[in-house]
Amino acid sequence: MTTKRLKESPSQTAGPYVHIGCTPNFAGITGVYASDPGATMLTDSTEGERITVTGTVYDGEDAPLTDALIEIWQADAAGHFSTTNTGFTGWGRCPADQDTGAWRFETIRPGATGGGAAHITFWIVARGINVGLHTRMYFPDEPKLPSDPWLSLVEDTRRDTLITKQVADGHFQFNIHLQGPNETVFFDA
Amino acid sequence: MPRWRPRVADPLYPRDRNWNPAAHFPEYKSSILRSPQKPLVKAPPSPSEDHGPVFGHDMLGPLDNDLIRNFAAPGEMAIGPRMIVHGRVWDENARPVPGALIEVWQANAGGRYRHAKEGYLAPLDPNFSGCGRMITDDDGTYRFTTVQPGPYPWPNGPNSWRPAHIHFSVFGHSFAQRLITQMYFEGDPLIPLCPIVRAISDSAAIAQLTARLDMDATAPMDALAYRFDIILRGRGSTPFGNRMEGN
Ligand SMILES: [Fe+2]
Repeated sequence: MTTKRLKESPSQTAGPYVHIGCTPNFAGITGVYASDPGATMLTDSTEGERITVTGTVYDGEDAPLTDALIEIWQADAAGHFSTTNTGFTGWGRCPADQDTGAWRFETIRPGATGGGAAHITFWIVARGINVGLHTRMYFPDEPKLPSDPWLSLVEDTRRDTLITKQVADGHFQFNIHLQGPNETVFFDA
Repeated sequence: MPRWRPRVADPLYPRDRNWNPAAHFPEYKSSILRSPQKPLVKAPPSPSEDHGPVFGHDMLGPLDNDLIRNFAAPGEMAIGPRMIVHGRVWDENARPVPGALIEVWQANAGGRYRHAKEGYLAPLDPNFSGCGRMITDDDGTYRFTTVQPGPYPWPNGPNSWRPAHIHFSVFGHSFAQRLITQMYFEGDPLIPLCPIVRAISDSAAIAQLTARLDMDATAPMDALAYRFDIILRGRGSTPFGNRMEGN
């Protein structure tokens, strides 16, 4: 008997109406869920350095995706992943602005984990994306960047696509390009 | 209640990119400018992907899995063929996945979504939002009630129609199991015509997204039933290989 008997359900695009199911309040559907899951990552008791992460996802003609849904997943300030649904869950979800495509997370700076450099995992779904795209945002001033096991798999010329830009104190900008000369590195993990 | 999730030493089986839809599938026009052109970078397992967010039943409201009533005015119900959708979430090793958050969204019985960017002329149902969610039980089962969504036209080609479908978003225990997919209905003649479906090349994979009429699970004089099982990535020490159970 083999242990692998089943195949993963194949992915399908989230489509343009993903907000109805994932962020209904954002979609104007109120009164069903008290709040949209992942809309708030921080509580008063969350420990760690507060940061803001903003960005836009761009298509192959540099047009912003105004219908994308972005999820992030990260360790806490000490580099641990939450195993409960209380306190800092480490997970956030933000729909792109329906006019500009901008998205924004208020979170904390994660600690380093797994022997690599501190990072935030990104997962992007949208109309036209048939399988959700997985990437990582690293911080520019992390001493472990050169030895990070994932970054070391990326060719030098593309590594910059994974490193966020600090645009103000505690504010990081991480734009994602689906195609083109600055195409973001996406992972298969 | 917080739910503790064990760390599992074995890595997840690699995602089968040939079984999944092609990222670039020109027949589905939106994929042309939104598909990465460079290969994905294969990366080793790491704690970020091994862990995932935890969702507790305490987040759920009593009507979250009742799309017929969760947006309806008091005493009202959504219009359309009433149905139960149920099934189980498994991993690739055929082990049930408990505690999985499932979010669903769908058009109403006329094929119309409640969404600002929706342009179809079919009317909204004032008692239907198309949004629901649930968390799988200890044996991986889930269940919700809804009305059958209608097929709808969409601006892909001059005469493109989506087969009737329900969108599913699923969280397993690891973020690398994260899945968004769509459920189709057995016997729908629009399935093989749909470019979004056709981005999947393997007919067995398409069949896996097709719910089966389940006459054993109906609510007589109330609702038909469809069975739809969902498979998330599983773990094993020998990716792609076979090994005996129990080692
Ligand atoms: Fe749809």
